[in-house]
Amino acid sequence: MFALANPHRFLSYSRVLTPWAGGLAAVLLLVGLVWGLAFAPPDYQMGDTVRIMFVHVPSAWMAMAAYTFMASASLASFIWRHSLADIAARAAAPLGLGFNFLALVTGALWGQPMWGTFWVWDARLTSFLVLFFFYIGYIALWEAIEDPHKAGRAAAILAIVGFINVPIVKFSVDWWNTLHQPASLIKMGAPAIHWTILTPLLIMVAAYTALFVALVLMRMRTEIFIRQIHRLQISTALDTEAPALG
Amino acid sequence: MGEFFHMGGYGAFVWPAYLLSAGVLAFMTATTLRAYNRHKRLLHHMEDGGPEN
Repeated sequence: MFALANPHRFLSYSRVLTPWAGGLAAVLLLVGLVWGLAFAPPDYQMGDTVRIMFVHVPSAWMAMAAYTFMASASLASFIWRHSLADIAARAAAPLGLGFNFLALVTGALWGQPMWGTFWVWDARLTSFLVLFFFYIGYIALWEAIEDPHKAGRAAAILAIVGFINVPIVKFSVDWWNTLHQPASLIKMGAPAIHWTILTPLLIMVAAYTALFVALVLMRMRTEIFIRQIHRLQISTALDTEAPALG
Repeated sequence: MGEFFHMGGYGAFVWPAYLLSAGVLAFMTATTLRAYNRHKRLLHHMEDGGPEN
């Protein structure tokens, strides 16, 4: 992990990894979509609305995974003060926000036909909405503070504090009596879903994860380019000002 | 085919969920790619051609 913390090494590794992750995401998305929409059987209780699960669960999973990634990178940046950790955390935030938004809206579209309501203030939905606001707060902090070091530190603190919400989201369905159904994938013993529905779901989860990896690497590379551009601009500005000062 | 789009009467919920997901994923990919290409070009230009004008 520390070997990757060198921006130059990161640039050369990520240049190879990014197209592979992107290609894998495209293939998995295609397979998952065709399987989920055309071949997976309708659920005996939920009918065809179960197909919403193939886009709802992966986005919810990625919203939590991206936040965990962001909080871990923020912790690393806080401890080691390494700029690449800051860059990683910042790159993940808008993606996590996008996945979080999708999970909320696809959840509402599933909730209406199944529960008779788009929204209910139960523990799972509320804690997930709180996660959404942590993402917005994190992005807003970066935008509000001009000095990237100060912005990075303030945003890192927010990301770390906000991480307390992630286990609350995860275990809310066990701790409280919620309308939201309990965990279907990660739980002790056998999964609660039949394999004909579980397989396309896992393919979609893998597809979203691969897409996140490709996009986060690309956004990190972009941020490194931006910082190099700023450095070049400053050095050229200094070069042109130097004779006047002398 | 009509049955496929009908989704057992739940088409009004299933299809918007898929369309919105496709839209947001496409938007995230497009904005990421655009920013990447723009800054990569700018950096190359500055490194090769000296200061940008």
